[in-house]
Amino acid sequence: MTNSWTDIKNTDLVLIMGGNAAEAHPCGFKGIIEARNTRGAKLIVVDPRFTRSASVADYYAPIRQGTDIAFLLGVIKYCIENDKVQWEYTKNYTNASFIVGEGFTYSDGLFSGYDEAKRDYDRKGWSYEVGEDGFAKVDPTLQHPRCVWNLLKEHVKQYTPELVERICGTPKDKFLHVAKAISETSAVDKAMTSMYALGWTQHSKGSQNIRCMAILQLILGNMGLRGGGMNALRGHSNIQGLTDLGLMSNLIPGYLTLPVEADVDFATYMGKRAFKPQRPGQVSYWQNYGKFFVSFLKSMYGTAATKENNFAYDYLPKMDVGSYDVLRAFEMMHQGKMNGYICQGFNPLMSFPNKDKVRAALGKLKFLVVMDPLKTETARFWEDHGEYNPNNPVDVKTAVFELPTTTFAEDEGSLTNSSRWLQWHWAGATPPGEAKTDTWIMAQLHLRLKALYAKEGGAFPDAITNLHWPYKNAADPQPAEIAKEINGYVLEDVENPTEPGKKLLEKGKQVAGFGVLRDDGTTACGCWIYSGCYNEAGNNMARRDNKDPDNTGAYLTWAFSWPANRRILYNRASADLTGKPWDPKRKIIEWNGEKWSGYDVPDIAPTAKPDTIMPYIMTEEGVGRLWVRGLMKDGPFPVHYEPFESPVVNVIAPKIQGNPAARVFKGDMANFGTAKDYPYAAVTYRLTEHFHYWSKHVSVNAMLQPEFFVEISEALAKEKKIEAGSWVRVWSMRGSVKAKAVVTKRIKPMQCDGKTVHIVGIPIHWGFMGAAKKGHGANTLTPFVGDANIETPEYKAFLVNIEPTTPPAVA
Amino acid sequence: MTTFQPLDVVRRSASVTTSPAPNRDVEVAKLIDVSKCIGCKACQSACLEWNDLKEPVGVNVGVYDNPHDLTPNTWTLMRFTEWENPTSGNLEWLIRKDGCMHCEDPGCLKACPAPGAIVQYANGIVDFQKANCIGCGYCVKGCPFNIPRISQVDHKAYKCTLCSDRLALGQQPACAKACPTSAIMFGTKAEMVAQAEKNVSILKTRGFDKAGLYNPPGVGGTHVMYVLHHADQPQLYAGLANNPRISPIVEMWKGVSKYAGMAVMGLAALVGVAHYAIKGPNKVSDEDEAQAKRLAEGKS
Ligand code: SF4
Repeated sequence: MTNSWTDIKNTDLVLIMGGNAAEAHPCGFKGIIEARNTRGAKLIVVDPRFTRSASVADYYAPIRQGTDIAFLLGVIKYCIENDKVQWEYTKNYTNASFIVGEGFTYSDGLFSGYDEAKRDYDRKGWSYEVGEDGFAKVDPTLQHPRCVWNLLKEHVKQYTPELVERICGTPKDKFLHVAKAISETSAVDKAMTSMYALGWTQHSKGSQNIRCMAILQLILGNMGLRGGGMNALRGHSNIQGLTDLGLMSNLIPGYLTLPVEADVDFATYMGKRAFKPQRPGQVSYWQNYGKFFVSFLKSMYGTAATKENNFAYDYLPKMDVGSYDVLRAFEMMHQGKMNGYICQGFNPLMSFPNKDKVRAALGKLKFLVVMDPLKTETARFWEDHGEYNPNNPVDVKTAVFELPTTTFAEDEGSLTNSSRWLQWHWAGATPPGEAKTDTWIMAQLHLRLKALYAKEGGAFPDAITNLHWPYKNAADPQPAEIAKEINGYVLEDVENPTEPGKKLLEKGKQVAGFGVLRDDGTTACGCWIYSGCYNEAGNNMARRDNKDPDNTGAYLTWAFSWPANRRILYNRASADLTGKPWDPKRKIIEWNGEKWSGYDVPDIAPTAKPDTIMPYIMTEEGVGRLWVRGLMKDGPFPVHYEPFESPVVNVIAPKIQGNPAARVFKGDMANFGTAKDYPYAAVTYRLTEHFHYWSKHVSVNAMLQPEFFVEISEALAKEKKIEAGSWVRVWSMRGSVKAKAVVTKRIKPMQCDGKTVHIVGIPIHWGFMGAAKKGHGANTLTPFVGDANIETPEYKAFLVNIEPTTPPAVA
Repeated sequence: MTTFQPLDVVRRSASVTTSPAPNRDVEVAKLIDVSKCIGCKACQSACLEWNDLKEPVGVNVGVYDNPHDLTPNTWTLMRFTEWENPTSGNLEWLIRKDGCMHCEDPGCLKACPAPGAIVQYANGIVDFQKANCIGCGYCVKGCPFNIPRISQVDHKAYKCTLCSDRLALGQQPACAKACPTSAIMFGTKAEMVAQAEKNVSILKTRGFDKAGLYNPPGVGGTHVMYVLHHADQPQLYAGLANNPRISPIVEMWKGVSKYAGMAVMGLAALVGVAHYAIKGPNKVSDEDEAQAKRLAEGKS
């Protein structure tokens, strides 16, 4: 979230699109109810299904899954044409005025630079025109035909309400109602919050779904404001922490990136990360990259990281491909190219697409280690559970090790929530049986591997044997020790350059925050964005003071919010060019002539003059990006593409069906079905009664939703002669499941491009372990393709067929 | 929170005497604003957890309601109704937390032939006293909301206690505590009526002209009340009684002389059982009423 759960109460309009907050985030939903009851805020839900969120909404509009970009580009067009733009914000705080280089084109769903064989773009042609001064050229009057604003206007032109209806199935009047309500928040005293989740990410163009809304929020002037923002509702209590700490194959903590093979040395790597400001006088905060990176290397390799060896840069792995995301990992496993797998806190057999492929892949491993508090399906993939998991244990050669771990309630540590708050928690119970904390298990692995490399050497033992391991009890690192390491500490005294003799930094002390990190090896920091969480003031994550002056929702003394305890990102943009809040009632920070101050930690240097340094200091432009140059693989603007499996043809570019820059593995391309054999548009999702594949192990949750079901409309039920509560078979190109049928008015057939599209809703929660009734997993059906930028699988839009059937055989 | 003197009994089933009338200033109430409810079932699980109840894992029969009815272990149940509003043309998903309404004038208590099996406390809570229950099931017939359930295991009647045990310790009911959206609120009856007025006025500004408080006078008002968006049509919410009243059969048998009472009770019970067998509990039809009236007048 750019804002926080406690900020939702400040909004005027809640748009739930690409998520279902009432269902998946019931506790956070109270903020919406509060906004409604105290400020008369409205709630709009746009979703293929009439969800629990829709049940309490002021307005509901249906949309076919996988068409959000067409809808949102239509809203952007509506705002532009009806002059519902926060002009001052758009002109000054976005790159609307930046001029794009000559030669850029877009036609028939493709931008210039496309290479069909590689399914990739040469993105160089998407850059700005550079002036003689070396900076990007701008036209503040927005007249230049190639300024971003005019390109955007041109780009959205085709997305008329009629086209939106044709693509999305949203009736024109409903679309216009929603567009109008959204557009009203362009007023300086109105804000809209966008609450989204996996309904936007789990698509082959998921990143562009979110960018599309970011563009809209920027031109409405809703970013950086109380009650505004892009608010990603995270689906696990600590999934925010997972990405922050770099648990993606190509990241290292704090959204730094792992080197690739071409980054042959430190200088090459850093050379690509110059982050030069694109406009005179602007701050590009990533220019501090080196400080964060070197401090990270110091925390990894301690004294083995020296200036002479470039802080052990060569010890880091160099990626040979873009990423080893889950799809690639299981593809490699399936090909027999990956033969050991450590599975910590994941249940890939149930969670990843194409269950049959995942099961086959696991069976090709030499060993599988599962660390989990529960008996997961993944750990039992080799067992025979009849049609729920057909297997012959005798044929499976994989050695499986199950290491029972503690749950969060049996362990101490911090969790990072959607609001970016790091909240410390304490153990509430003693772990059962042989369960151990994850850190204890990792420490055992670490020590044993280190000893093996020390003893036996190998091709390159240094990267392992030199790992810094500073814990009091090497076999059992304590959460507080790790937290302090993540915060960062001073390795050498640093003299204050302005006051000789005085120390700027004192050896052995915790650093106060990332602002003091250095690239000369005198500081270490495990994750720069978390710096400040455990400094000399103590464990700030453990703070539980809920005072909130003037009820702004900031709660600065509750836990710790990254970065720098800031509660609203880009909050500098809540004030105008003179530093006054756009809306005095929404004040967050304000320029008093000398510095910034207010309710939140300013997202800008405290003395940065409001009319010279622009608010978006994390971009090289200093402003928000309506247009991205090379950062998005699949285009500088979002474009509507159909899901890889879609019931209709892409009306804007009939030849380009799925995202042209999305990676598809060879065997999987052949595994996409067509509307001829699989006529119905399927979507998978969560139910409030369950949490993923965990809560089915709890008898109360199992009772509240006992059995796997699918949801269909009354019309489809009639057509297929399916009765409510009866058994149906649902199948896709990848597999087949049996489920109970819930026949509902909450799903209605849609009219898309003259065709009736029926929707089949498939909740995910059942498997063959736990207290609930055994069920076929929803991911037996889902396609093996991910988002072009981050490879999140396309769980939200694919094709199936359905028919009445008999109950499954008892397993 | 004040303590609510839960143990001061004001009424006791099948008993001539009650305790000296205690102070009733502290009548309590639970207010359920269905317009704020997201149907998350946190209340339903909190009820199971607090009361240590075990409901077996059932099956899906094509709806979200699980289990499919109140049971001796499920004292509160989320009931889901899909309703197409003919005026607006919009679909509405009406979600109501069902459970004991804790009537001011409790039909179950009046129907109960076992002395002290059902009591009403000064704070308004109607509570079952297991030790005194004989499992006859008259409370089921007496209840205008079809709430009590008889256990096939110990042949006792069960229903929501309004967490009288938690109240005694100054805690609010488990469901109210668990509710993430404050759809369930708890306090004194006066506070909750005042709160309801606020909630209703908010609903009216949102275009629900018929929003209102459900606190039915036919049972003397209730200690569990609803804010409904369509207060003119309570039956939309999974058949919530439009105008609940204690069945005249029950009223009658409580009215006649204590000594002759038992015989009449037997008769009434017979009618009750026959009615139950034919039509299921809880719906007081005109025919039913007429028959009851004849009974009461001794005409049979
Ligand atoms: S806990 Fe509250 S919101 Fe959830 S179902 Fe119960 S009453 Fe509704």
